[in-house]
Amino acid sequence: MNKRNDRFADIGPLMPQPDDDMIICRCEEVTKGEIRKAVHDGMFTLTEIRRYLRTGMGLCQGQTCSKLVKSIVAKELGLTPGDIEPAVSRAPMRPVEMKILGNDRKEV
Amino acid sequence: MGNCADVIIIGSGIIGNATAYYLADKGCSVIVLEKSDHIGGGGSSRNGGGVRQSGRDRRELPLAMYGAANLWPTLSEELGMDVEYYQKGNLRLGKTEDHLKILKGLTDRASAQGLGVTMIDQKEARDICPYLSDEVIGASWCPTDGHANPMLATLAYYRKARQLGVHFITGETVIEIKKYKGKARQVITDNNVYEGGTIILAAGYESRKIAASVGVDIPMTQALLEVLVTEAQPPMFYQMLGTAMADFYGHQSTHGSFVFGGSSGFEDFNKSNGTPLTNSQTASCICRGIMKYFPCLSNAKIVRTWAGFIDVCADHVPVISHVEEVPGLILACAFTGHGFGISPTVGTILSQMATGEEPVLSIKDFRYDRFHTKI
Repeated sequence: MNKRNDRFADIGPLMPQPDDDMIICRCEEVTKGEIRKAVHDGMFTLTEIRRYLRTGMGLCQGQTCSKLVKSIVAKELGLTPGDIEPAVSRAPMRPVEMKILGNDRKEV
Repeated sequence: MGNCADVIIIGSGIIGNATAYYLADKGCSVIVLEKSDHIGGGGSSRNGGGVRQSGRDRRELPLAMYGAANLWPTLSEELGMDVEYYQKGNLRLGKTEDHLKILKGLTDRASAQGLGVTMIDQKEARDICPYLSDEVIGASWCPTDGHANPMLATLAYYRKARQLGVHFITGETVIEIKKYKGKARQVITDNNVYEGGTIILAAGYESRKIAASVGVDIPMTQALLEVLVTEAQPPMFYQMLGTAMADFYGHQSTHGSFVFGGSSGFEDFNKSNGTPLTNSQTASCICRGIMKYFPCLSNAKIVRTWAGFIDVCADHVPVISHVEEVPGLILACAFTGHGFGISPTVGTILSQMATGEEPVLSIKDFRYDRFHTKI
């Protein structure tokens, strides 16, 4: 937590790659190229990438793509995946209908 | 780039980012220091996205009206990315005669200040939003209100400011502001020293501790709010929603998901340890509230919940002010959960204050020294 991160740091130009069209986040249909571009737009953390592109914000909440996104972002920043904090997981574990969730601790 | 700039901004929430953008646009050099790892990780990304004029304090209303008329409608174009702004109106819903009385009071006060807001009956409310339940018997209606995506708007200001050369540093914890020859000059962090001609303190609740280093205190506290997000629904309606009882508020986003904020009544007793934690009871409570107004959403699935802190001012109005005892310091804090909607206006005003221009709107009601004891 709270590692100094200079957003002015030079990470080099964004170079096109042959697999930029590959879909990484299937729920929200976000491609590898979009993730790489977001890093060059200044989104240096997985939390920022999520908020910017919606990766991991769909039905599976990132349970499928978060490792892939992490490695793409790390590579773009010249880091290893271990250098990057994962995004926070949020309740509920699985999507729940409002009428079901609303029953919890309901006054009867 | 070194550690000196025309302006140092403490806090990269939407207020800090917007100010950085408007300053860079004027040609100023700007450094933004953010304690957390993430740009806009506090209340700027954790709010309901309301761009409301109705329901505002009379002192704050001009800021909201200026933004809705002059800044929000063209913001996406200006910043070069979609901030998902919808100016489709605000419905504040009532279920009982008492609710309608509350709404009537709010409506009368806002109308007296020139805001176009009216009371409407059940049928008129249904014409605007056909999904309302039979329990809703009336509403207040402000057609020029709206909502935007807080995460995207915060990052859009950041992205544009960064493109214009603003130097953002995250993970940089400000310890104190130091005066030099009677004027605020240095910002000391745990790693570095920064120098600026003007220092803008826009760090939410954390501003209180930092302001204390130059002997200034703003009476504010923290409050937790909680929000839930549904899976994507077919496009239904794009009004901003609120209720007379403030039991929930929210809207449908461009993505299709609904974002609803609400409360359980136990907010003041949260077991928070400094991290905004969701309480296990709150989401269920919000669901029960929503289903009374929108039974059609009872099958919508909740995919996530989150919480955020707001900095609550003693009189529920922000501090946007020069500090007489500390020339060179500008305070922008204590937004009390109303900061997002007025952020473009406040950013504009702060950029004018920092460059010595006359602010586009009066800021006399937002002075830092307006707080007095009761006797």
